[in-house]
Amino acid sequence: MLPDATLADYALRLGDDSLVLGQRLSEWCGHAPMLEIDLALSNIALDLIGQASHFLKFAGRAEGRGRDADSFAFRRDALDFRNCLLVEQPNGDFAQTMARQFLFSNWQELLFAQLQHSANDTLADIARKAVKEVAYHAHFANEWMVRLGDGTEESRARTIAGLEWMWRFTGELFERDPALKPLVDAGVAVDVPSLRPDWEDRISRTLAEARLELPKPRRWVMGGRVGHHSEHLGHLLSEMQFLQRAYPGAMW
Amino acid sequence: MNRNWPLWEVFVRAKNGLSHRHVGSVHAADARMAIEAARDVYTRRMEGVSLWVVPSNAITASDPKEHADLFEPAEDKVYRHPTFYAIPDNVKNI
Amino acid sequence: MYTTELKERNQAVQGLSLEREDPERLAAFEARVAADDFIEPKDWMPEAYRKTLIRQISQHAHSESVGMLPEGNWITRAPNLRRKAILLAKVQDEGGHGLYLYAAAETLGITREEMIEALHSGRAKYSTIFNYPTLTWADIGAIGWLVDGAAIMNQVPLQRTSYGPYARAMVRICKEESFHQRQGYEIMMTLANGTDAQKRMAQDALDRWWWPSLMMFGPPDENSPNTAQSVRWRIKRETNDELRQKFVDVTVPQADALGLVVPDPKLKWNEERGHYDFGDIDWDEFYAVVRGEGPVAKERMTARVKAWEDGKWVRDAAAAHAEKRGMRIAAE
Ligand SMILES: [Fe+2]
Ligand SMILES: [Fe+2]
Repeated sequence: MLPDATLADYALRLGDDSLVLGQRLSEWCGHAPMLEIDLALSNIALDLIGQASHFLKFAGRAEGRGRDADSFAFRRDALDFRNCLLVEQPNGDFAQTMARQFLFSNWQELLFAQLQHSANDTLADIARKAVKEVAYHAHFANEWMVRLGDGTEESRARTIAGLEWMWRFTGELFERDPALKPLVDAGVAVDVPSLRPDWEDRISRTLAEARLELPKPRRWVMGGRVGHHSEHLGHLLSEMQFLQRAYPGAMW
Repeated sequence: MNRNWPLWEVFVRAKNGLSHRHVGSVHAADARMAIEAARDVYTRRMEGVSLWVVPSNAITASDPKEHADLFEPAEDKVYRHPTFYAIPDNVKNI
Repeated sequence: MYTTELKERNQAVQGLSLEREDPERLAAFEARVAADDFIEPKDWMPEAYRKTLIRQISQHAHSESVGMLPEGNWITRAPNLRRKAILLAKVQDEGGHGLYLYAAAETLGITREEMIEALHSGRAKYSTIFNYPTLTWADIGAIGWLVDGAAIMNQVPLQRTSYGPYARAMVRICKEESFHQRQGYEIMMTLANGTDAQKRMAQDALDRWWWPSLMMFGPPDENSPNTAQSVRWRIKRETNDELRQKFVDVTVPQADALGLVVPDPKLKWNEERGHYDFGDIDWDEFYAVVRGEGPVAKERMTARVKAWEDGKWVRDAAAAHAEKRGMRIAAE
């Protein structure tokens, strides 16, 4: 295929979302509230890391400079990461982790549901497999939102705080990026503003069942898609990339 | 408050055409959570196409002390087994 | 190993005299076990058998769950995406093993919460091996190769253990274990064939993990008082020393293939015995680690207790929600 910087950039956005969230969820391994939850969170993390590998590999082909998935994951600095700010937010407590999953997976499911019809066959194939995984993630997070929102006083307060933390990063998910216009016009990339009505509908339905209110509208915090991240990403990367940075050129 | 999550017995159908088979148990607060936990714990290696979860305390088991009463009567009903009947070798398709 | 025989505990169980059991039932039970029949949860069993099993299975379960921590320490730092996914899947498997085993023990009339409480209060033990730190990435290779290797050796015979639920859990576990040791050895091969820094890392990991791995099989047979009864009851199928020798015999050639040196100057093939002779194990260290004096024992228990306590509100919330939902359905 011919090098296509815009397509590579788009694949990086998709891959980095999955990679960074997978990395975050893997931090839970061995520390969850119950062994059953440990296994569930690891499964979700494994799905996401798998998706990331596919998208980043494809980004390398689209870029045409011989980079593979690992060189994207382990040898880029924060400015070159293209994930949304939502996924890099710290795990916090289980309520905060679930709030992040709830807001993100419901969006990612809608995104992949459209992306599986992409004019680009590789992206469509990756999305077709991933949409089933993500539907489960969304389902899992929705149920936990209901249990926690409509559980005890404490769980309710923690869930409200978790949502409050994450909410300001959701605007970015629906932001139309002029740079992607050619891909959207060609039917390769998903036009994200179009996902908003369905997403809001899903979010409101689950929150109503959880007896929680939709957080108040506010000014969004954005910048992930152009590499302007929160302070958290740098720390996540310094941990994730440690070995590749400490031993340049080594094979693992 | 201190309420432990109840135990659920997990049954997996390995593929269509087979019965569900007991594979183990999970703890879960509700039935949906039990299904999800069963999925995450017992089907990580494509072990199944369908799941049942049953609250463990809903199962009534036969008492091993009654083993003799329950199961030995079947022992002398050999006439229920096809090999009980002698059919000459030259008779086919029976 | 995961079921390290611990002296003090054995004595407690030995105190449960078999003489108080109904001799006729006891004889029938012993005959069934001797005939390799399986004992199922509702069957009659001597109290000492039940107690020994609860202790052994719960110890095994705790080992799986605490065992997630040393390797979990490297998931976020795995060097590439493939290794990250493999390690996460592996550690997740160990969590699953803990879960299967807790469930098997629960069929004997103890709850998971009671077992976890015993672990956190220090009454219950877990394998000594998990009280050693994982310092470098090579430790992940060494653990898979040596620790899972020793675990498999110990667990394979337990698939035929006399207690049905335990045996079935072990069948499942052994099936899942099969990739654990291989992924560890693969890491070691990559490092041993890598840069000088990587080779050094690999040798250092072998140096640190070799002796603790040998200790995983438990004290020597002469100090393992209940072995005879456990073997008779098919709770144990081979003695500590037999398994340890088997492990040394298969592992030394694997180290040779890596070009790494086993840190034991007395290690030597004994043509006559058809086995490797090996040096003395530092049993003082072993018993110190059993007593909770392992290098990172405090870190391990702190992490387990923290996860459990931090998770309490989550478990409570889900239970409260299930109750509310149940009441609402009843009201409709
Ligand atoms: Fe295991
Ligand atoms: Fe293992």
